[in-house]
Amino acid sequence: MGILDFLRAKPQHSANIARERLRIIVAQERSTRGGPDYLPLLRSELLEVICKYVHVESDAVQINVESDHGQELLELSVTLPDPTEAKAHSGT
Amino acid sequence: MAEIIVVTSGKGGVGKTTTSASLATGLAQAGKKVAVIDFDVGLRNLDLIMGCERRVVYDFVNVINGEASLKQALIKDKRLENLYVLAASQTRDKDALTQEGVEKVLEDLAADGFDYIVCDSPAGIEKGAHLAMYLADHAVVVVNPEVSSVRDSDRILGLLSSKTRRAERGDDAVRQHLLLTRYNPVRVAAGEMLSVTDVEEILGIPVVGVIPESEQVLAASNAGVPVILNAEAHAGHAYIDAVARLLGEERAMRFLDAPKKGLLKRMFGG
Repeated sequence: MGILDFLRAKPQHSANIARERLRIIVAQERSTRGGPDYLPLLRSELLEVICKYVHVESDAVQINVESDHGQELLELSVTLPDPTEAKAHSGT
Repeated sequence: MAEIIVVTSGKGGVGKTTTSASLATGLAQAGKKVAVIDFDVGLRNLDLIMGCERRVVYDFVNVINGEASLKQALIKDKRLENLYVLAASQTRDKDALTQEGVEKVLEDLAADGFDYIVCDSPAGIEKGAHLAMYLADHAVVVVNPEVSSVRDSDRILGLLSSKTRRAERGDDAVRQHLLLTRYNPVRVAAGEMLSVTDVEEILGIPVVGVIPESEQVLAASNAGVPVILNAEAHAGHAYIDAVARLLGEERAMRFLDAPKKGLLKRMFGG
């Protein structure tokens, strides 16, 4: 850190942003990997419907297909927002 | 038994051919008999990086179609006794490569006493890339510390665990290794570039080498001499380390830290 550095605008560490974005997208793509082709579309349509009722983040819906003893199991998980935050949100 | 190594990435321009050339050269320096094959039909470039572009008479597709023997098509490296290049065809379209044809050529190379066959994959996830990885025992996934390259590499890792002969037969999985290129420790220290640890954590496979960003890499390709042969270049040393690790040796990573700045630079930045 040089003594003249304070003259410059403090840059946001873009590597951290890149890391977080990649973590999310890679996890999402891995969860649908090898599954049926309709999974990403199903996921985005479900997200649309949920957003009509609850305000959730775009990565709130996770879909996973697992096969267990010859049975295919479609696992769906939706992370709902923190109720206190949601209240603050609806208040604005 | 020949070991088959695919050098792949998904994304173009990350350093696959540079890496193929240096790994093949390094393995040959270690005394192995090595063939390096360009799978990028229509966009041949390995010959240029290896510096043998004017000696290409027959190519990979000629061998597959029976128009030339392997012996005629293999170009012997001028620097190393036991290193051979098989060029891609420049004129045929991508359908010229067939799975049976590729399998036959690799089997013949193995029968010929080759220890290592390095397959330089084309970019993308089309047929050429599939064929380059199909028979692999090892995969070196070349990645730049940059978002699109990391994501594409993950896509390739998915294909390696489902679309290879090992995956189809249920044999032991293809051994996957990450190789970071264009690594700039100064920018990593400044928080402007993903670090080795970041990339390793996101993709979840071990790193076999980190090649620092260096003008020596361009100089090497300009000259047609694989950068691993440049004893002065850090990039060359980093490839030597990567080859040693591929051969099972444990070596600490080098060139990961930013050089210490002088007093003036520390005071005035830059």
